Amino acid sequence: MSATTPAAPRNLALVGNPNSGKTAVFNALTGSRQKVANYPGVTVERKSGLFRTPAGHTVNLIDLPGTYSLRARSPDEEVTRDAVLGRLSGEAVPDMLLCVVDSTNLRIALRLILELKRLGYPLVLALNMIDIARRRGFEFDLDRLSAELGVPVVTSTAVRRGGVEELLQRVDNLFTALPPPTLQTAEWIAPNSSELRALQREADRILKAAVRVPGRPDTLTGRVDAVLLHPVAGIVILLGIMFVMFQAVFSWAQPVMELISAGFDALGGLVAATLPAGLLQSFIQNGLISGVGSVVVFLPQILILFLFILLLEDFGYLARAAFLMDRIMGSAGLHGRAFIPLLSSFACAIPGIMATRVIDSRRDRLTTILVAPLMTCSARIPVYVLIISAFIPDRHVFGWIGLQGLVLFGLYAIGIVSALAVAFVAKWILWRDAPPEPFMLELPDYKMPRPHNIALALLNRARAFLERAGTIILSMMVLIWFLASFPRPPAGAAGPDINYSLAAMIGHALAPLTAPIGFNWQINVALVPGMAAREVAVAALGTVYAIEGGKEATDKIGQVLAAHWSLATALALLAWYIFAPQCAATLAVIRRETGGWRWMAITVGYMLALAYFASFVTYHVAVALGAG
Amino acid sequence: MAEQALDRTVGIRPLGQAPRGFCGRIESIHVNGHACALSATELETRLVELGFVEGAKIEILHEGMFGRDPIAIRVNDATIALRRREAMAILVS
Repeated sequence: MSATTPAAPRNLALVGNPNSGKTAVFNALTGSRQKVANYPGVTVERKSGLFRTPAGHTVNLIDLPGTYSLRARSPDEEVTRDAVLGRLSGEAVPDMLLCVVDSTNLRIALRLILELKRLGYPLVLALNMIDIARRRGFEFDLDRLSAELGVPVVTSTAVRRGGVEELLQRVDNLFTALPPPTLQTAEWIAPNSSELRALQREADRILKAAVRVPGRPDTLTGRVDAVLLHPVAGIVILLGIMFVMFQAVFSWAQPVMELISAGFDALGGLVAATLPAGLLQSFIQNGLISGVGSVVVFLPQILILFLFILLLEDFGYLARAAFLMDRIMGSAGLHGRAFIPLLSSFACAIPGIMATRVIDSRRDRLTTILVAPLMTCSARIPVYVLIISAFIPDRHVFGWIGLQGLVLFGLYAIGIVSALAVAFVAKWILWRDAPPEPFMLELPDYKMPRPHNIALALLNRARAFLERAGTIILSMMVLIWFLASFPRPPAGAAGPDINYSLAAMIGHALAPLTAPIGFNWQINVALVPGMAAREVAVAALGTVYAIEGGKEATDKIGQVLAAHWSLATALALLAWYIFAPQCAATLAVIRRETGGWRWMAITVGYMLALAYFASFVTYHVAVALGAG
Repeated sequence: MAEQALDRTVGIRPLGQAPRGFCGRIESIHVNGHACALSATELETRLVELGFVEGAKIEILHEGMFGRDPIAIRVNDATIALRRREAMAILVS
């Protein structure tokens, strides 16, 4: 009964092909009143938002993942299928479907519409980006299209507010006029290839009757692709774009990151000054504030990285990058689409692992997740920089190459090479007999990115990063603070408190294990807080060697380390840091994304084994060469 | 039927062997024995879903650097990237 009163929110679901501009329509309708969450049990993003129509209906709009067919192939597409069929637990059956199609690319979209129409939903077809299509010479007979399909058709541009007014009008009309739908979702069975063929033929017939397509394809896209997909120039340009992206991630973010960390230091100092020294002060300053600080400090890098990725995606370049890299990645047993997740992992493995959702084959996705933590993330940089500047002489080799920079580059290169090698070995061990998954990808026409959409997407990413990683890292930080603070030192004890704590006990207990790789117990102690976030190990080393913090702390730590460690130990620690599963937040994300402990355990196992092996070899080779 | 099929085999070849710049039409989708993680029907269905249907206009626009693979194919009004291995299932003339 309540469904007929205007006050009850109506459920409207957005359905469409990938690249149809569905999200732009979603943004235009809901503005910033949108909520991003996860569907329970799966890691597919659930985007929803409320808006009010001119006639006063409250509409709950849900943006379903893009799909080519209801015959779902990836976890994303399964959500769309189940939501439309009303089989998604906890999700209301939609009252109406809003189908968004790219006006310049109607052919496959119309087949999906015909598939959806069979389900019996009231349906509105929104021809998106109609302005671009008309400019390119498309002519639409909208009445004919509507009559042939048997659904109301509206045009939308989704850029201006006015672009969706007609759409809202139609939605209102349907909500007011239509009787409750007689759904045939229960009888639905996946269409086979001959049914799909028949639907495609019908779609082609309707398209021919109602739309005049210009003879030549988009010439701009063709001209741009002639360069960007050129077998040689394309790869060179891709490398150039990656280079600029890295420069941006590391150099543009630097001032903001310093500002954030100075802010958190000041906040910690304020707490230290106002609260009496003791457990509470230590918990708030070292546990909470530096815990939150260690996460937030990576936000600028992650936002810059996502800005690039979102721009490239909206522009239509990401699919091209996958196309260009497919063969190269394929030789290591990775899918072309694994390129972007691995690229993101250079900033932080967490967004990288989350980005693997675009890979529809589970096998390829798991391989990518497995090797993503090997890409040198930005949290390793403080540790690398500390050790390199303390132990590697600042001189030039071959007259012009800085040795320190060369070592840093080498550490990155080892990360990349070992990621490819591990992917290759994993494929060979786990899926030796399985033939390769196909690579099938639509290359959408190029489009100018919309600043509004980019801004909203960035906002959502920032929120998701802070919520997801923040809660995990924060709880880890509290645990590690506990390990480093308890038990309390006996009264009148000499040396820093941490030497009496559980962390020190762990460090001493691990000493027999790490002696063969050249680590002393102080390093072991620093590795414990390093589990929360790798770079925390730097501060922990400072604590263990009882160095006061402050501006020149890092320099001072470097001097002390150079006095206490051999070069072999320092090199072994660098080798350890390339491979070790040091970041608890990454492990937690792997567990969540793969849906169990198994893949997390495999990741920890192989990374620990590699780390131990690499530092063992490094240490002993270095000692043999006289660096012990 | 058989006669007609025979006549039309003249000039028919798998898209996977066609060079860049090739223009033609799809004659049939015929998945046969190409090692692929998908079953023959699944691969056929996915190709149909992406618009590879008999009669569609085809043009190979671009190809990759190594082994001229993958290929970017214009199918009527859309551009789809495929590996040559999967494109072997698409017979064109």
